[in-house]
Amino acid sequence: MQEKKPKSLLYLDGVSVSFDGFKALNSLSFIVEPGELRAIIGPNGAGKTTMMDIITGKTRPDEGEVYFKGDIDLTRKDEAEIAQLGIGRKFQKPTVFENHTVWGNLELALNRSRGVFATLFYRLTVEDKARIEEILATVRLAARRDDLAANLSHGQKQWLEIGMLLAQEPELLLVDEPVAGMTDAETAETAVLLKEIAKTRSVVVVEHDMGFIRDLGVKVTCLAEGSVLAEGSIDFVSSDPKVIENYLGR
Amino acid sequence: MITSFLIKSLDRTILVAVAILLALAVLVPALNLLTAPDHPLHVPTYLVSLFGKYLTYALLALALDLVWGFCGILSLGHAAFFALGGYAMGMYLMHQIGARGSYGNPLLPDFMVFLNWKELPWFWYGFDMFWFAALMVVLVPGLLAFVFGWFAFRSRVNGVYLSIITQAMTYALLLAFFRNDMGFGGNNGLTDFKDILGFNIQADGTRAALFAASALALAASLVITSGIVRSKLGKVLVALRDAESRTRFLGYRVEHMKLFAFTVSAMMAGIAGALYVPQVGIINPGEFEPGNSIEVVIWTAVGGRGTLIGPIIGAILVNGGKSIFTAAFPEFWLFALGGLFVLVTLLLPKGIVGTAQHYLARRRSYRAEAGSDKEPGLPAAEPMAAE
Repeated sequence: MQEKKPKSLLYLDGVSVSFDGFKALNSLSFIVEPGELRAIIGPNGAGKTTMMDIITGKTRPDEGEVYFKGDIDLTRKDEAEIAQLGIGRKFQKPTVFENHTVWGNLELALNRSRGVFATLFYRLTVEDKARIEEILATVRLAARRDDLAANLSHGQKQWLEIGMLLAQEPELLLVDEPVAGMTDAETAETAVLLKEIAKTRSVVVVEHDMGFIRDLGVKVTCLAEGSVLAEGSIDFVSSDPKVIENYLGR
Repeated sequence: MITSFLIKSLDRTILVAVAILLALAVLVPALNLLTAPDHPLHVPTYLVSLFGKYLTYALLALALDLVWGFCGILSLGHAAFFALGGYAMGMYLMHQIGARGSYGNPLLPDFMVFLNWKELPWFWYGFDMFWFAALMVVLVPGLLAFVFGWFAFRSRVNGVYLSIITQAMTYALLLAFFRNDMGFGGNNGLTDFKDILGFNIQADGTRAALFAASALALAASLVITSGIVRSKLGKVLVALRDAESRTRFLGYRVEHMKLFAFTVSAMMAGIAGALYVPQVGIINPGEFEPGNSIEVVIWTAVGGRGTLIGPIIGAILVNGGKSIFTAAFPEFWLFALGGLFVLVTLLLPKGIVGTAQHYLARRRSYRAEAGSDKEPGLPAAEPMAAE
């Protein structure tokens, strides 16, 4: 394992965390390579969201190592620092800033200096404008740029949030259940979009929808009770008897 | 569409408000000083001082709106920053009395002579110079807010817990300033002022100048807060008010943003206090009373939080009402104030200005819809969701 650390984009080793005696993660080890698209499946309470909380600095692990780009220790950084390092996160429930316009949401997400005075004296430059226009076109919200995000439909909010992640230009993108509540057509489109995004960065997707995972056609990690149960192609993982017993069988 | 309309109208509202304040800063002193007392347009001096006081309250409410309306920090201790600014000004005014006090001591204020103190405490040095006092008016509240906010925001104290500790802060200061040993005049505070910058503080001209200064300070603060709110930082503040952890995951240091707004707000409150003291002629620990801070919240809520103009209107209306009400039915004022707060919360949750803006925006969007059927895809009929 040790010699693999330097070239991996994300490296988790022996990570454990417990809440009030409940072991949410139990010596979890997990590696993501640069440019990889990885899917994570697992029953409720398997520790999928906790894992994301640990990577993004929301929760501190009790023990274990978490490294980004080889030698950046994520356990010593907070959410804002980790986001600035280039780790983006999309939540299960679409979380956009409802009192801002679509444009305003993207402007806030744009990967620019985020200090107090830098934002106070920020001027929208031509390049930034062009970048926002480009993202608006990608997520198909150009016609609604001046509408408040609160007035968007559920699917549009999901897309706006994906647009915000694009604006953030992360090297690693963590996506929690991106197709929950989407129609089949929207789900298929989202799979295409994620594959497109994964061409230029690493993406980790947590999802329950097995059809969607099959659409992605990538390496799958199955978590259960806070550690890795099986890892491999979707066919390999879904034929594993432990996975069937723990997750698929239910 | 609706939002761009709102933004435009907000622009105009701020400009109009600043213009009105500037006009008042010239007109009221002119009508007070240049017209004969029996002239129909004459503004008596007591009214000049009364409205000057309202303007300082309006500035305090504006300062609170920056943190409450835009960052969601419900400070129940903002009167503490106001009072600290007031004390800094009071200390300067005490120095201005010089040897004209009852005990005729050229260096020590009367209460120190009375307490048998022999020399000026170290923290009273420098306050004989106006520029130093003026600096302290901003720095002391700013520093307190910075230190307090540094610990509170870093520990992620939020919501009602934060409100409670701000309330505790002002109460602690109240108890501290009551003590004679503190060196701020204890229970009686600082009073019997004679001059400010060498001008007689009771003179009509000085009163008029103080009124003008209050109006100008309010106008300047309005422009500054509006600038902050309309910058990208302002958008980040609203974002963290509505979804704090989401803002963190975008890479913003939420605690630094809050600290900035809280400190700027405390400095504005300090300026308000400094302009208040010479117009009312006294500053005492009563200004730290927790109830005072809560009143500021009521003015802001009545006017409409998050609107900048609203708190100014709210502060002037509620205090105008208070002046009339306490003269007519002194015992019932607190009931009236409480009732007002309940009614506004129930019937006008956005306050006077917020509700007015809401209806204006809706009327405009109906008109826009009737005027152009070319854009059927735009949800012109949905401005309600902006709530």
